[in-house]
Amino acid sequence: MQEGLLPILVLSTSLFAAAVMFLISERSAALRNTVNLLAATVQFLLVVWMALRVLGEAQYETRLSIVAGIDLVLRADALGIMFVGLSSLLWLCTTIYAIGYLEGSPNCTRFFGFFGLCVASTIGIALAGNLFTFLLFYEFLTLSTYPLVVHHGTDKALRAGRIYLIYTLGGGILLLLGVAALYAYVGNVEFDAGAMMPIEDETLFPALSWIFALLIAGLGVKAALVPLHSWLPAAMVAPAPVSALLHAVAVVKAGAFGIVRVIYDVYGITFAWHLGLLEPLAVLAAITILYGSLRALTQTDLKRRLAFSTVSQVSYIALGIALFGPLGTVGALAHLIHQGLMKITLFFCAGNYAETLHISRIDQLDGVGRRMPVTSAAFTIGAFGMIGLPPTAGFISKWYLGLGALDAGAGWAVAVLIASGLLNAAYFLPPLYRIWFGQRTEPWPEGNFPRWCETSPWLLLPTSITAIMSLIAGLLAAMPFSPLYWADVVVGRAYLQ
Amino acid sequence: MSNALLFAWTGAALCGLGLFGFIVHKHLMRRLLAFNIMGSGCFLMLVGLAQDGRGPDPIPQALVLTGIVVAVASTALALVIFRRWFRLSGKVRLPEDA
Amino acid sequence: MSTEALVPWLLVVPLTAAILTLLVPERMRAPVSWIACVPMLAGAVLITVLRTGATIYSFSGWEAPLGISFTVDGLAGGMILLTAIVSAVCAVHARTSLRDEASANAWFWPLLWFMWTALNGVWMSADLFNLYVCLELLGLAAVGLVALRGTPEALSAALRYLLAALLGSLFYLLGLALIYGSYGALAFTTLSGVLEAVPTVYVALALMAAGLALKTALFPLHSWLPSAHGGALTPVSALLSALVVKASLYVLIRIWLHLTPASGSLAGAATVLGLLGAGAVLWGSWMAWRQEKLKYLVAYSTVAQIGYLFLFFPLVTSGEARASGLAYDGFVLMLISHALAKSAMFLSAGNLIFAVGGEKVSDLAGINRIRQTSMVSFGIAGVGIMGLPPSGGFTAKWLYLQSALITGQWVWIAVLLAGSVLSAMYIFRVFHHAYLDGPPQATFRTPSIWLESSAMFLALSSVLIGLSAWAPLEWMRLPIFKGSH
Repeated sequence: MQEGLLPILVLSTSLFAAAVMFLISERSAALRNTVNLLAATVQFLLVVWMALRVLGEAQYETRLSIVAGIDLVLRADALGIMFVGLSSLLWLCTTIYAIGYLEGSPNCTRFFGFFGLCVASTIGIALAGNLFTFLLFYEFLTLSTYPLVVHHGTDKALRAGRIYLIYTLGGGILLLLGVAALYAYVGNVEFDAGAMMPIEDETLFPALSWIFALLIAGLGVKAALVPLHSWLPAAMVAPAPVSALLHAVAVVKAGAFGIVRVIYDVYGITFAWHLGLLEPLAVLAAITILYGSLRALTQTDLKRRLAFSTVSQVSYIALGIALFGPLGTVGALAHLIHQGLMKITLFFCAGNYAETLHISRIDQLDGVGRRMPVTSAAFTIGAFGMIGLPPTAGFISKWYLGLGALDAGAGWAVAVLIASGLLNAAYFLPPLYRIWFGQRTEPWPEGNFPRWCETSPWLLLPTSITAIMSLIAGLLAAMPFSPLYWADVVVGRAYLQ
Repeated sequence: MSNALLFAWTGAALCGLGLFGFIVHKHLMRRLLAFNIMGSGCFLMLVGLAQDGRGPDPIPQALVLTGIVVAVASTALALVIFRRWFRLSGKVRLPEDA
Repeated sequence: MSTEALVPWLLVVPLTAAILTLLVPERMRAPVSWIACVPMLAGAVLITVLRTGATIYSFSGWEAPLGISFTVDGLAGGMILLTAIVSAVCAVHARTSLRDEASANAWFWPLLWFMWTALNGVWMSADLFNLYVCLELLGLAAVGLVALRGTPEALSAALRYLLAALLGSLFYLLGLALIYGSYGALAFTTLSGVLEAVPTVYVALALMAAGLALKTALFPLHSWLPSAHGGALTPVSALLSALVVKASLYVLIRIWLHLTPASGSLAGAATVLGLLGAGAVLWGSWMAWRQEKLKYLVAYSTVAQIGYLFLFFPLVTSGEARASGLAYDGFVLMLISHALAKSAMFLSAGNLIFAVGGEKVSDLAGINRIRQTSMVSFGIAGVGIMGLPPSGGFTAKWLYLQSALITGQWVWIAVLLAGSVLSAMYIFRVFHHAYLDGPPQATFRTPSIWLESSAMFLALSSVLIGLSAWAPLEWMRLPIFKGSH
């Protein structure tokens, strides 16, 4: 059954919320918070509904004709549901977090308005049914995240914003050229597992190869593939909710998600392998994994360390996709969700430390475990997940990635995974040691938080939720509706075509 | 060379003179005069070329009449703006030509 | 109602309104104009909706070559509707923004209506000399509008514009004289397909093209534009950039599509125009980035965007039917969305300047403290100018890219992409300043709701047209491109 309303409804919820947000006066904080939470909840419920229906073989598609031969298509397939589920769930959590974080700050209306637009673009990316729609929302994401990066209006923020723009707009141009060329040479490209397979014309193969390179380059900017990753550490100057949602989830995952779509639903995994395009990508991903981890070792600022960790971790997804075989893909897709959950937990914790105790550097973390136990426990869970220790979610996805590497005969990839795990341990364990076993010499700064709560409840609740979910995703990975289960569904449908 | 063609060539020469004056002179009054000369040259060319070998033709005459009206209106507007500008700024050349 | 009956009204109504607003006392001129906008909009909509094929109307029943005939086909109809919408919205803006400037308020309205008459005349004329007359009327009205401010800078800008316009018209007239001398006819219907590939024709067409390029401010003949558009009153700048510069380009397109000799090769001329367009894109964007004053930045942006429009010529002469059709579609869409986006940008810029009380880009610091609407509409318009989704500028750029990719013309692809990067530079420069912290709110004024909504309406239209482009493109397709889809 084909129903068109649900995808557009999900998209409109955040668009509408953003539009309403811009009209609300700066002073009506209660109204603003209510609208935000209401919209986020409604959207999450709609997504859950849509997910259940899609699992039951329902098909949702909305089409809008732009020009002759090119449609704007929103389609809910299993892969899209994974990403849209992650986005709407984490939007809800981050909204709660942001309300607490920005309490009393100026320009909240502007912030939440662009925040809503950003979520809308992420949903559009997730639900895009063809490359043109994907491109549209991908570029719109750049536009809606810029005001969030420069939110503070300081010189540092504006400089970071400029770097961000240079990289993302540049990537956007490459992506535009790639997509336009694909449409010009091949025709309308809808996302359909392996839709490009029936290309018989051998003369197109060189063109398809450089188009692939362009697409990966354009997507790789947002996915922070080396050497296009420099915007990510610079963008850490943004407020913590922005770093958490955008740079842990929305923007980088949009890039990784795009890479998955291009390889699976545009080129088709077999065709891409046939053209010899997957090996270079795997190598690039491996280099990024190691480079990110090495740079993270030398960072003294907590958020920058987490940023380089993101650079490294997102490339696991690219590596898993580039390994030819279902297991690698399952690992990669599961990691898309798992990494999102774990990284957002870590960024929430970093934000908590900064807001409550003005901690921004790692050497300031001594003994914070006693002062803020819940946050530090969440940080520990997130860190263990990054390293890949059971029973966290990170272990599950890494396991599958390793299996996939062995399955594809790429033993070197296993070595990379192991090395990365060790490096992760090297840069996460020392802060953990400081947190739990360090001794602080000066008294903690005072703050006006409730006596029963180590920091504002708005900040603590989402942190705890995402930390618990990272654990549950790992512990209950075999159950239905876990990210691993969804990854299995996606791969099953893709490989069965 | 027929009469009509002679008119046309004269018109072309006037056009050339007018264009030269328009570009080289910087005083706005001279530029306006040059423009008018160029306009007259155009009209001469229009009538001359049209009547070469064809005999009297009403259309070019109508066109030239319209053109003269347009030229008068343009010159009047230019003069008014120039005069006002001269009164306000005291200059007779555009700032970049001074 | 047959559409033929509508054609004369599209000229008579604005002319009557022009005379009326000259006779009526000053404080009634704006309301009279608002009332007159209604039949104009209605006429434009009706002629778009009811038209099937091309409507031909001959004044007083005198057919060509003796009489003057007007043709309303897809392209003309679309431009008439565009003119009506943009002019009506600018009229709404002008009523509030010009209320405090006595002489400007008095003379703006008659000049607006003369300009509107001339624009409709240009879109609908099917005769070379009628086009000359309408272009002249348009030029004079526009010069008057530029000079409205009354300051020495405005007057010198008006003089510069007038000299350039007159020179352009004379070149056009010269070309026309040569064509009439050779063929004895001036109507498009008589001349199309008749012109041969002889030197006289080439010289005539080159002269006409040069004159029209001067009036459209194609690089390097653009020096009159920044001071004229950047220094004028806000609604005037919007109208000039959105509509007036497009009129001479429209005439050039008509000549290119209908009159050029079929047998000769146009590739050389097309490449020249394309290269000049590329120069405009690069030079205009560079200069826009360096401007201190906000409206001058927007004016140089017009110079750059006109360059994009001139890329049409090399793309449409590529020889492949599908590529030409796409090039035409992209051109038409870019014409419309640039008009909407640029007028929105000028109106928003005017609102912002009013709000902060300063003309420079750096004066925008701290703007985020007041109601954001003008900054948002500037942003949306900027998205259209940059050619980022979801705007009309993006869809137009997409169509151009498709056309260039099919025929493998990599130079123009590079120009299109470089232009995007460069335009992002100067648009984001404005945003950069808007995010800085600045003086306290007491020194800022809030623009009235009329000013802000008119800018926002045009900005949103430029986005809307990007998402539903198939409808206007369908309406505005010319018969020569109909087979290529």
